[in-house]
Amino acid sequence: MTVPPLLEARNISLTRGDRTVLDNVSLSVGRGEIVTLIGPNGAGKTSLVKLCLGLVKPDKGLVIQAPGLNIGYMPQRLAVDVTLPMPVARFLSLWSRSTRAEMLSVLGEVGVEHAIDRAIQTLSGGELQRVLLARALLRKPDLLVLDEPVQAVDVHGQIELFELIGTIRNRRGCGVLLVSHDLHLVMARTDTVICLNRHVCCHGKPEDVSRHPEYVALFGRHADALAIYHHSHDHSHADDGCVVPAGQEHTGHGDHHGCGHDHHHHHGHDHGHGGHRHG
Amino acid sequence: MTITIITAMIMGTGGTAMDDFLLRGLLAGIGLALVTGPLGCVIVWRRMAYFGDTLSHSALLGVALGFLTGIGTQTGIVLVCLAIALALTLLQEQRRLGSDTLLGIISHSTLSLGMIALAVLGSVRVDLLSYLFGDILAVGDADLYAIWGGGALVLALLAWIWRPLLALTVDEDLARVEGVPVRRVRLGFTLMIAIIIALAMKIVGILLVTALLIIPAAAARRFAKGPEGMAVMSALIGVGAVVAGLGASLQVDVPTGPAIVAAAAALFLVSQAVPARG
Repeated sequence: MTVPPLLEARNISLTRGDRTVLDNVSLSVGRGEIVTLIGPNGAGKTSLVKLCLGLVKPDKGLVIQAPGLNIGYMPQRLAVDVTLPMPVARFLSLWSRSTRAEMLSVLGEVGVEHAIDRAIQTLSGGELQRVLLARALLRKPDLLVLDEPVQAVDVHGQIELFELIGTIRNRRGCGVLLVSHDLHLVMARTDTVICLNRHVCCHGKPEDVSRHPEYVALFGRHADALAIYHHSHDHSHADDGCVVPAGQEHTGHGDHHGCGHDHHHHHGHDHGHGGHRHG
Repeated sequence: MTITIITAMIMGTGGTAMDDFLLRGLLAGIGLALVTGPLGCVIVWRRMAYFGDTLSHSALLGVALGFLTGIGTQTGIVLVCLAIALALTLLQEQRRLGSDTLLGIISHSTLSLGMIALAVLGSVRVDLLSYLFGDILAVGDADLYAIWGGGALVLALLAWIWRPLLALTVDEDLARVEGVPVRRVRLGFTLMIAIIIALAMKIVGILLVTALLIIPAAAARRFAKGPEGMAVMSALIGVGAVVAGLGASLQVDVPTGPAIVAAAAALFLVSQAVPARG
């Protein structure tokens, strides 16, 4: 018996003027599944997300949402004008009526309950992303849509955030559609990877995609970095019960990572592709 | 200086003719400040100060339209402001010129066209100065009802769309994803600005309307921890500026509209000396 997906896009095409933004793209996200959309800048990732959210209508094809689907969306960034006094609690209450206890519980789930009364403009990049994630979770979503959730977060924070997304999926059983161009950190936690460059270059399990010729052609420079991460599909626990983020127990560098995170940063510098990061 | 005002208030409508127009002016100014405070906050948050300025300058064209067609100046102003806002939105979508340039073009050309139209009309030329700078002491009973009635309407509308308006002020894309009817909320907000400009013209004049919108709001920022607190604070500071400005203009015989704006500016300067709260 097949369970119908939460969200399905069938043979979507989108043109803007004479430019083809998306050409015959299909994807589906099921309950409890993490689907990662990767691709270079201008590959049409954000357009595809807007289509999935129902903000844009495709020129061809269909977007099918499960009946009554509740989507929690986390935007790429949020810049609140400094003239607007906006504590985190008030920000959260703008989108759904929730009690302070509910807010504290969700903020605790993402590890920023201490920020509830702080002005949103004073949060660090990582704290803001977590508040945005909490905002999406307050809706009790069936499907989380995360558009480049790790922008403006350092590599250490990125690993933690991806770890958190995996944990939330396990705990809540929601589907996750994740957009990223920062592929090597994402891959290990993902069930399905869709490599997009206006059309779907390839899709499948992370390790299959990373060997696909079109993928290698597109990301050749970074493909080796992937090899480091795709061994493991879940986190493991160190002796003291501390969570070790996926893919880091066998880094291929001979480093050993316990609970300390001192060594994480150098991955970012070794494999970082700064030209893409803020694109 | 406020003693004169307070005396006028105590004596109420039973006082002399002079006290009557003072009281009407004071009540009109307070009624206006109570609305421009919260509305001005949203203008400041959305960085729309020049948008408000442009709309208010185009109000003179609305005055002329009102005279020409006989629909009344205030209706004329609201219609012209809405038309200008619509034209501006269309021009901005072209992306040929920056918003500041477009605003500058529309602002000054509509002001000039309004002055020309009023000059051609001839009979109302003498009133030009009061349109530009307001004449709070010439407020009649009808104006007072218009300000309090229209002001209450605008505040009710603002309260009604407050949450979606804040949501799209925080992030327009996110608001759209969450199902906020972005276009309708924006249109409603523009309508409110247009109504307030029409109401405020009599008090501070079209050249100074924006000041009453943005200066109290800017002064309130330092005292506020949340958006609602800032809106209330802004209204109170506006009321303070009206009382102080009116009082000062009586004491030293200076034009009342500019005196109110100068008082608001003084309160803004004082607020800058207070440590920020968040």
